Amino acid sequence: MKREPFFWITISCGLVIMAFILLPLIQMMSAPSVGMLKETIHDKDVLRSIRLSIYTAGLAALISFVLGTPLAYLLARSAFRGKRLVESIIDLPIAIPHPVVGIAILSVAGKNHWIGQILSELGIRIMGSVTGIVTVLTFVGLPFYLNATKTGFEVISPRLEKVSRSLGASMSSTFFRITFPLAWRSMLIGLIMCCARAISEFGAVVIVAYHPMIAPVMIYERFEAYGLKYSQPVAVWLVSISLILFLLLRILTLHKVKEE
Amino acid sequence: MITIRELNIDLQEFHLRNINLDIAENEFFILMGPTGAGKTMLLEAIAGLIPLMSGKILIGEREITKLSPEKRGIGIVYQDYALFPHLTVLENITYGLHFHRIDKTHAEKRLDRLLEVLNLFGLKQRFPVNLSGGEKQRVALARALMVEPKVLLLDEPLSALDPNFREEVRGALKRLHQSSTTTFLMVTHDFAEVLSLAGRAAVMNNGRIEQIGKIEEIFKKPRSRFVADFVGMKNLFRAEFRETRALVSNLEIELGIEPINSHGYIAIRPEDIVISREAFSSSMRNLFPGSVTTIIDQGFCYEVHVQSGEVSFKSLITKSSLIELELRETTEVFISFKATAIHSF
Repeated sequence: MKREPFFWITISCGLVIMAFILLPLIQMMSAPSVGMLKETIHDKDVLRSIRLSIYTAGLAALISFVLGTPLAYLLARSAFRGKRLVESIIDLPIAIPHPVVGIAILSVAGKNHWIGQILSELGIRIMGSVTGIVTVLTFVGLPFYLNATKTGFEVISPRLEKVSRSLGASMSSTFFRITFPLAWRSMLIGLIMCCARAISEFGAVVIVAYHPMIAPVMIYERFEAYGLKYSQPVAVWLVSISLILFLLLRILTLHKVKEE
Repeated sequence: MITIRELNIDLQEFHLRNINLDIAENEFFILMGPTGAGKTMLLEAIAGLIPLMSGKILIGEREITKLSPEKRGIGIVYQDYALFPHLTVLENITYGLHFHRIDKTHAEKRLDRLLEVLNLFGLKQRFPVNLSGGEKQRVALARALMVEPKVLLLDEPLSALDPNFREEVRGALKRLHQSSTTTFLMVTHDFAEVLSLAGRAAVMNNGRIEQIGKIEEIFKKPRSRFVADFVGMKNLFRAEFRETRALVSNLEIELGIEPINSHGYIAIRPEDIVISREAFSSSMRNLFPGSVTTIIDQGFCYEVHVQSGEVSFKSLITKSSLIELELRETTEVFISFKATAIHSF
């Protein structure tokens, strides 16, 4: 069979995009020598920053999970006036330039704002603290969790829940016995995406908290102070560790699917 | 058993208006009507799954209007089965037991009986994805009946099945109804199901109930033009009544009885209209000459349209009659029907 030119266009565009994404990454990953990589990972500052990155991104995902799940369910299941508005508001953090996110958060957390005053009375500091980093990461990661989870709920037929109710299950029993077991995979994908987004955040964090240093800030600092060669090893470690984490999660979930 | 009074619902673009319905205990009651008539909505309202605007629903003496769905004791079976995909057949069927206090040995006996009646023994450990349509619907039925609901609502339970499965599940439905005390309320538009399962039925249109009555009554004596049309009274004519005769444009049709009104409609089922090449000499029949205008192949039978004067009659005949009568378009024929086959309203 003779392929049409359109087929070759789709293939070549695909190849260009693959190369565009992979080439720089591969180049960066293979640039530092093994010795340099070893040396970097023994650097306490680097280790601490990577650990902080994973910890704060994980916390952001956890907060998104706790706060976002009920809202995602509500949006998937009910039609109400202003639903489109709520959905657009949820997507706002995706569209806002990252430094603006940081500035926006600081403007309510500052002493001139009543929220900031309450926080300072409670002894909670946003500027230059882990709390601040987690706040920012939650802000940017939440939409990813919400949207994935909402889609997950939407594909479950409401009739399953209706039948469950008719069989005597309360709303909460129905959620835990029917909805959650069918939606957890989407929720997990949402969590991974939220985490990925949070771990890669730089612009917003650097405004709110330059210190304690998360990995992207550390990479930026090394680049500024010592140049490309010294920032690469840290980047390699960050990318590798996040990739391993996500791969692990993916494998775990795929494994479960096969069991079922 | 089920009493519905002045029920009204508004849900987005759908609505139900002034629904009044009484269904007796252990009755097999059918709701008919075109798509969008509000049948599913009425079922879901009875089950407590959508909010009412006004009205009352009672099961026996107990008002359940404000009760949450899990407290009503009403089972529901949907056209698309709605089996829980992450649970096995057995887990699906016994799902409701988590929320009911049913004696264990009693529950086991009931499970065995349902598995037997619905022929599900071999499928217990399968997941829904590995079941055929008929098997899925049998599981859905077993699941709903496992908790011994007072009322079972069935939303077109057979319409998604292949014809051979349909008959099988229909048979199971009939046996289950006869052997239980549960009241069955089923939505369908298949007349074969209506005739073989139900005693009484209601016809719905546009959010209202058009007619409630015995099946026989609905098919033979439709009370409105809509119902007549819906149940297949394809010969439906506006008529003026003079004593025992109906005038339909230039035809005088003998009714045998004298209608109350001076004008209205007459309806004749197409299978009650006989086509012949010769004129019968029976005084009992209405007999008119005409010519065939259209012949429509309907599979097992043919719908033949005969123009007599300004009136077009539709008759249903078998393929062998069609061949025997050598009917073609423009063939000159006679049509005849008994006065008792005519329904006037």
